[in-house]
Amino acid sequence: MTNAAAYLDSASSEPLHPAARATLLAAYDRGYADPRRLHGPGRDARLLLDNARAVVAECLDVRVDEVTFTASGTDAVHRGLLGLRRVGATVAHSAVEHSAVVHAATWAGDPVEIPVDRAGRVRREAIGPLATGVVAVQSANHEVGTLQPVAEIAAGLDVPLFVDACASMGRLPLPHGWDALAGSAHKWGGPPGVGVLLVRKGARWLNPFPGDDRIDERSGGFENVPAALAAAAALRAVVTERDEVNARQHALVDRIRASAAQVRDVEVVGDPVDRLPHLVTFSCLYVDGEAIVTELDRRGYGVASGSACTASTLTPSRVLEAMGVLTHGNVRVSLTRDTTAEDVDGFLAVLPDVVRDLRAEVGL
Amino acid sequence: MSTPTTADLELDCRGMLCPLPIIELGKRYAEVAVGGLVAVVATDVAARTDVPAWCRMRGQEYVGEELADDGSPRYVVRRVS
Repeated sequence: MTNAAAYLDSASSEPLHPAARATLLAAYDRGYADPRRLHGPGRDARLLLDNARAVVAECLDVRVDEVTFTASGTDAVHRGLLGLRRVGATVAHSAVEHSAVVHAATWAGDPVEIPVDRAGRVRREAIGPLATGVVAVQSANHEVGTLQPVAEIAAGLDVPLFVDACASMGRLPLPHGWDALAGSAHKWGGPPGVGVLLVRKGARWLNPFPGDDRIDERSGGFENVPAALAAAAALRAVVTERDEVNARQHALVDRIRASAAQVRDVEVVGDPVDRLPHLVTFSCLYVDGEAIVTELDRRGYGVASGSACTASTLTPSRVLEAMGVLTHGNVRVSLTRDTTAEDVDGFLAVLPDVVRDLRAEVGL
Repeated sequence: MSTPTTADLELDCRGMLCPLPIIELGKRYAEVAVGGLVAVVATDVAARTDVPAWCRMRGQEYVGEELADDGSPRYVVRRVS
């Protein structure tokens, strides 16, 4: 029997990259001071912060002054989106955005939704009349992996575009055409508590929240210098490794897609090709989402589910609903950089039995 | 409001949480003859997505959504195989 026990939920949070761990520990010794102070430790902290910003800018191919570190990916989303919105303007966001975008848009006013197709891809032709204030579209979907045609959308817009790139930052080059964009370090193997906000030079962005007297006026709160530096170190490592890692993960996900689709009444969703390399979602007819997550965990496999029964609310995943695919029995598998073919084969070996047993319990 | 479609089989799934209404549909739809109609009355919001998805996955025809007498959503399916 294949060795069981694998964490397959990197889309929720990737384990800390080894490059980040060493940097983080070292930076705690050198980067504790207030980077605004003029004493030696303050200058050290400032140097590390500037260095982190420079590394992130280089990795993402943006200007240094376009990079802001925030307290989280969610914070970066909120600042990025709301900072582009003028008072009274309507936010139009895709129907498959992360809840951070939806919550920010709802907080600001009455947003409108841009529909998606069965694969979860934004229907570009529907945007025109909806784009009156600011448009928010993700780079890639966090639940099903489908890549969004951001550059094509941007080309047709004459209003500001916010892009939530939390699901893809580091793994894939950034799309073109955004005015503000957000990422989250723990999704690429950096530490938690670091978001990246990019604001394009010349974009009409205004801080939507109270200002703060910091190095970077777009941010608020005491800078987490060690974590920012560790996030930058992880990003550099991930960008350096991504050709090899992405190819391996893409092939392993292809294997999962093919194998899961062989199980009776299981539908694999999301775009099969134009997708994130490390993530796949499928739904099992007649199966309770919480039950399958629990049963797979019992066998050693940690996966996520977009089914209502496992979420914080009783409403099904907005992503699956918008795509018109089965919302129950949903399983999202996302690979870490260390996931092996043996891990995947072990998971695929237990999956059919788990699904069959759960169906048998309800008489199907 | 129009009168609900007359179905050959009515499944009362009010109060059931997902995926129970779909399990009920999967277990019982074959009680009607090919060409017959099954109505699923379900208050769980997931049924709005999952009944049409079930039809697509199982090769059956989704006829549409209407309201039951008490205002609960009622999803109508035609057995085609």
